[in-house]
Amino acid sequence: MERGASTGLAMKQSLPPPLARFLTATELDTRLLGMIGALLLIWIGFHLASGGLFLTPRNLWNLSVQSAPVAIMATGMVLVIVTRNIDLSVGSMLGFLGMIMGVVQTDLLPQLLGYDCPAIWMLALAAGLVLGAALGALQGFIIAYLGIPSFIATLGGLLVWRGGAWWVTHGQTVAPLDATFRLMGGGPEGAIGATWSWVVGALACAAVVFLLMHGRARRRTFAFTPRPLAAEIFIGGVACALILVAVAVANAYPWPIGSVRRYAQAQGMALPDGGLFIAHGVAIPVLIAIGVGVVVTFLATRTRFGRYVYAIGGNPEAAELAGIDTRAVILKVFMLMGILAAISGAISIARLNAATNSEGTLDELLVIAATVIGGTSLAGGTGSVAGAMLGAVLMQSLQSGMVLLGVDTPLQSIVVGIVLVIAVGLDALYRRRRE
Amino acid sequence: MTNAAGTPLVEMRDVSLAFGGVHAVDRASIDLYAGEVVALLGHNGAGKSTVVKILSGAYARDAGRIFVRGAEATIANPRDAKALGIETIYQTLALADNIDTAANLFLGRELRTRFGTLDDIAMEARARAVMGRLNPHFHRFKEPVAALSGGQRQSVAIARAILFNAQILIMDEPTAALGPQETAQVGALVRKLKSEGIGIFLISHDIADVFDLADRICVMKNGHVVGTARTADVGKDDVLGMIILGKCPPGAIPGPGATA
Repeated sequence: MERGASTGLAMKQSLPPPLARFLTATELDTRLLGMIGALLLIWIGFHLASGGLFLTPRNLWNLSVQSAPVAIMATGMVLVIVTRNIDLSVGSMLGFLGMIMGVVQTDLLPQLLGYDCPAIWMLALAAGLVLGAALGALQGFIIAYLGIPSFIATLGGLLVWRGGAWWVTHGQTVAPLDATFRLMGGGPEGAIGATWSWVVGALACAAVVFLLMHGRARRRTFAFTPRPLAAEIFIGGVACALILVAVAVANAYPWPIGSVRRYAQAQGMALPDGGLFIAHGVAIPVLIAIGVGVVVTFLATRTRFGRYVYAIGGNPEAAELAGIDTRAVILKVFMLMGILAAISGAISIARLNAATNSEGTLDELLVIAATVIGGTSLAGGTGSVAGAMLGAVLMQSLQSGMVLLGVDTPLQSIVVGIVLVIAVGLDALYRRRRE
Repeated sequence: MTNAAGTPLVEMRDVSLAFGGVHAVDRASIDLYAGEVVALLGHNGAGKSTVVKILSGAYARDAGRIFVRGAEATIANPRDAKALGIETIYQTLALADNIDTAANLFLGRELRTRFGTLDDIAMEARARAVMGRLNPHFHRFKEPVAALSGGQRQSVAIARAILFNAQILIMDEPTAALGPQETAQVGALVRKLKSEGIGIFLISHDIADVFDLADRICVMKNGHVVGTARTADVGKDDVLGMIILGKCPPGAIPGPGATA
């Protein structure tokens, strides 16, 4: 009955045995834990260096909103890179789809439906998603069926979609956007408030507990030794604590006084002397990003599609010989990437309350960097969605931390560049040690 | 054991395939009966692997016909072959190194829950059962197959071929990566599968192995079939003559590749 015991990793043997055994029993990814550790170090470092400005509800809330577009696209980039491909077009596609969604909601639909039609935001978003899927599928078709290397096909896409973004309005910025659509961008109205944030947090905790219990029950059906109960409780406890802390932080960030005044006016109530504490709660773009992360993780780990994505990355010939339609899988991966670019585009233009033709410029590099920092190997075959999203948060943390410290923009680029190379270097070292 | 009467399990008639003008296989005709082991012999580049890859759907043939259990079969891709009960153990093993044993065993034929999601636990349970028969000391189910030894990887590849009740098994150099003890295990497995009525194409360079396991021998040279013989009717020297000189000995049925 010593079945699961052979999973010991070389790294853990340097730890004291009881702790090492416990870590092994939790079956947690040590790599991911390392990333979380690095992120915490960066946060604490910036907090100390900025004299206590970094780890504040306000800064963390903004950090979460700013990370969302890159984090969303990074989830899809994981699958692209796992299949040994690359997508350089995501930033341009974000810009192009953003322009389309902008024009659809400010120009096209109001002419058809009138300005106050409540369906405008949905139709504009749907237009972006459908077009994103179509453009992604087109690139996927060119790569998978016409055999053009993805680097070239999407480099072409980078130029074409950026040019297209200009073409939509001949360079004019589209603004202001539909009021409901704007909620996707965050801000005081674009957050769900304290009560709903607690509801979401509680549901998330319930989901964690359910998944852990379901897993235990499944293992028992097949008479596998389940994880030690202590390990399960530890994992569940830590996950729930993190969720609740995140909600508490989001709820500790109050609306700015201007928004509160407008709100009080609209409600026809007098503003009390001490002001009014209205919490932001979790921002809608952050909820979208988390939802995307859950869906793509599910696709990657629980479906045939995801299994094939990884198999193709591990050994394309073996995948083919196993009877997998590898071309269709690649096409779907790029289609998913297009959909995610549309979601990120919607968030980006909503946040700006304007669609500009330069939106998303250089985002492809941030997305690829986040994905690679998050542990996805450019050689293909390995990578996790959660890691890539953490990578996006890490990149954004570096950037906004340096802004807080007043670091010049050129120096910011230099630091980010160096961190990218070091992070990937450390990861390569870690992998080699494991082998 | 050879069941010479009745319909062959597989009959390949005048199958040809060229790669850019080079005839990898030229008008090859080979058949296989239930419960029979047919060894394919020849130098590197003789066309053995290409013939079996045509049968397993990895390559599409240019010409010729294939009959499976008497019915003409179109085998355009690996899925078609698997649907006909043809399973292959490739020389390269064709494993995805980054995923674990169960994921490799069920690759392309995953078990799913009633919600359509991957049923990894059920797959692992079946993987444990089949691997338990082939390699009782194997316990590394949670690790990617890249971490396994050569012999363990070989047993994963073999397990995958027998997991789905293959009726026709193609083994391309199944013992090339194995030590003597594991080679003996594979030999025992071949005899067992044969006794269950499975037809096996065996590609091997080990003549001793071939005489030990095969009922018939088919020798190829430069993409042609030199000849086919019952193992009992020829000696090792005859077979070497077929491989090296393309000379068909008495007792063998000459093919288009036999020298006059």
